[in-house]
Amino acid sequence: MLVDALFLQMGYNATLVTLGAGLLGFAAGISGTFLFLRNRALLSDAISHATLPGVALAFLLMVALGGDGRSLPGLLAGSAVSALLGLLCVNALVRHTRLNEDAAIGAVLSVFFGFGVVLLTVIQTLPQGRQAGLESFLLGSTAAMLWADALIIAGGGAAVVVLALLFRRPFLLVAFDAAYARARGLPVARLDLLMMGLVMAITVVGLKIVGLILVVALLIVPPVTARLWTDVAARVVWLSGIFGASAAYVGAAISATAPDLPTGPIIVLVSFVVFVVSLLLAPSRGVLAAWLRYRRFQKRIHIRQGLLALAQGHPIYERLTLRLLVAAGWARGDGVATDDGMGYAARALRDEARWTALRTDNRFEAAAAMYDGVRDIDTVLTSDQIAEIDRRIAETPA
Amino acid sequence: MLRVVQSQANDTTADPAAPLSIRGLTVSYGQKPAVFSVDFTARAGRMTAIVGPNGAGKSTLLKAVLGIETAVAGQVRVFGADLSMQRHRVAYVPQRASVDWDFPTRVIDVVLGGLYRELGLLGRVRKHHMDYARDCLSRVGMEEFEGRQIGQLSGGQQQRVFLARALAQNADLYLLDEPFAGVDAATERAIVAVLKGLKAEGRTVIVVHHDLSTLRDYFDDVWLISTRRVAEGPVKEVFTEANLRATYGGRLAPAQIDMLSRQDG
Repeated sequence: MLVDALFLQMGYNATLVTLGAGLLGFAAGISGTFLFLRNRALLSDAISHATLPGVALAFLLMVALGGDGRSLPGLLAGSAVSALLGLLCVNALVRHTRLNEDAAIGAVLSVFFGFGVVLLTVIQTLPQGRQAGLESFLLGSTAAMLWADALIIAGGGAAVVVLALLFRRPFLLVAFDAAYARARGLPVARLDLLMMGLVMAITVVGLKIVGLILVVALLIVPPVTARLWTDVAARVVWLSGIFGASAAYVGAAISATAPDLPTGPIIVLVSFVVFVVSLLLAPSRGVLAAWLRYRRFQKRIHIRQGLLALAQGHPIYERLTLRLLVAAGWARGDGVATDDGMGYAARALRDEARWTALRTDNRFEAAAAMYDGVRDIDTVLTSDQIAEIDRRIAETPA
Repeated sequence: MLRVVQSQANDTTADPAAPLSIRGLTVSYGQKPAVFSVDFTARAGRMTAIVGPNGAGKSTLLKAVLGIETAVAGQVRVFGADLSMQRHRVAYVPQRASVDWDFPTRVIDVVLGGLYRELGLLGRVRKHHMDYARDCLSRVGMEEFEGRQIGQLSGGQQQRVFLARALAQNADLYLLDEPFAGVDAATERAIVAVLKGLKAEGRTVIVVHHDLSTLRDYFDDVWLISTRRVAEGPVKEVFTEANLRATYGGRLAPAQIDMLSRQDG
């Protein structure tokens, strides 16, 4: 079943949904990256929740004008208007009051959403409202997706991707250093607005498939996942698009394998799985890699300290130190150095003495600043310089 | 060729109940230790300065003692026990409190925060608590400002308020990170007077200090650190040309070193 779904063999509607979701995931991953790198990820939540009253008002308006009320372009246009309004409210609150952005987002998000729910309830009481199915915009619904709907998603997604890639350099510059961008004469406020506009477009286009509550996951989870794998912003953008597209495609395919499996939530869960795997396994930023790195480093520190203690005849304070020395064959279980251990200990102490001598000599100031306890002295000095240091140590009266 | 690097006797038999004793402490940011395998022992009822060049690990040492930074290796004992058993006896004043200066709190509220242990979760702030907090404020010369919002004070005044909070805690060991950095002369005098008062009461004061010219006036003991321990002991014995050179290397001009180490009280 799943294989069939992945290869688009599950019928017309499922194919439409799966392809549409994949494209939406790609566009959301790309545009979400800029928002995430600008540290304003949560703003997308305010934008998406602010779409609800727009959907409801557009429905009422279309019905009042004698129309069907369920036309997708009309509903999406309404949602875009109210999302924009919500966005401007957040901006105004931050600019003109002493509220922080998180408080402004929380206030706008809940008020718009609350208003939207009230309107939905009112619509339920209308004769035309019963069949409207506007609740499906909350969590998405793909059961009755039409070719025209798919075209809107495809067209909107493609436009967002093109704009995002076109403006990626100024976007990244603003996200990294807004003050510098302003000094260079970039229209930072307008670029921010465009960035939000793209996110808004994704939200509106994604309402049908994932719904307004979960679209935020498509915008934020892929860039967060991509960030784990690379330190290069341009690669984060592309990886995020790829992660978003695959999660959405696979999620939509899974939901097609059984009736009543909700598409949006499954897409979110799939992207979460990708995130968890990345979090654990990513090189350098992954949890596992960081843990291994720390363990190796800790071992070096303890061995070095242990050798210095052996050389100076000090007791070894920590069990880990002793265990490592014993494992290396440099000490016995009772903390007494072996012959091998004495050799290494003497060498560690000799290097330590060299570092100490180095520090009192102005000529080696730069090298002395490299001291951190574990760095080998021959990585900062030539063998001639080391020999000179040794001569000075030998001349100094003990 | 085996030469003992640390000339000071490594007093492993030091007072087991010393206010603060540090053994083999290594603290690292990433893969570069800022403090490597240092041993220090604070003596009770004395004022000790932690002195060393920029980046020598002075603040890091304090933060590791307090558990704010995690140590890679080493032992820290406070009054002979683990810090977790003795936290109430230790007060810390950070270099510049990393607080939200716009936070809705008055000067007196900050000081009352030092009474957290007495007040507990539900205890009411009673008159004797207020009187005590005001007393702490007057010890740092800030009693007139008790109703001010904390962000409306100058940097030196803010520093004094945070010292008053530490005083309210009534601790036995005071750790201060560069309390004199960037403060006005009045604040510096007020803080020194308070610290000397603490010492007179038999409490132990440890201060990260960077002004070598006032070291002799203010402090009894000094710990010289440059990633490793260079020396520790009474200022008179330890604050020597050789030790300064070993601590600062080329970062102090020879003339400066000469002047500082000759200077008399």
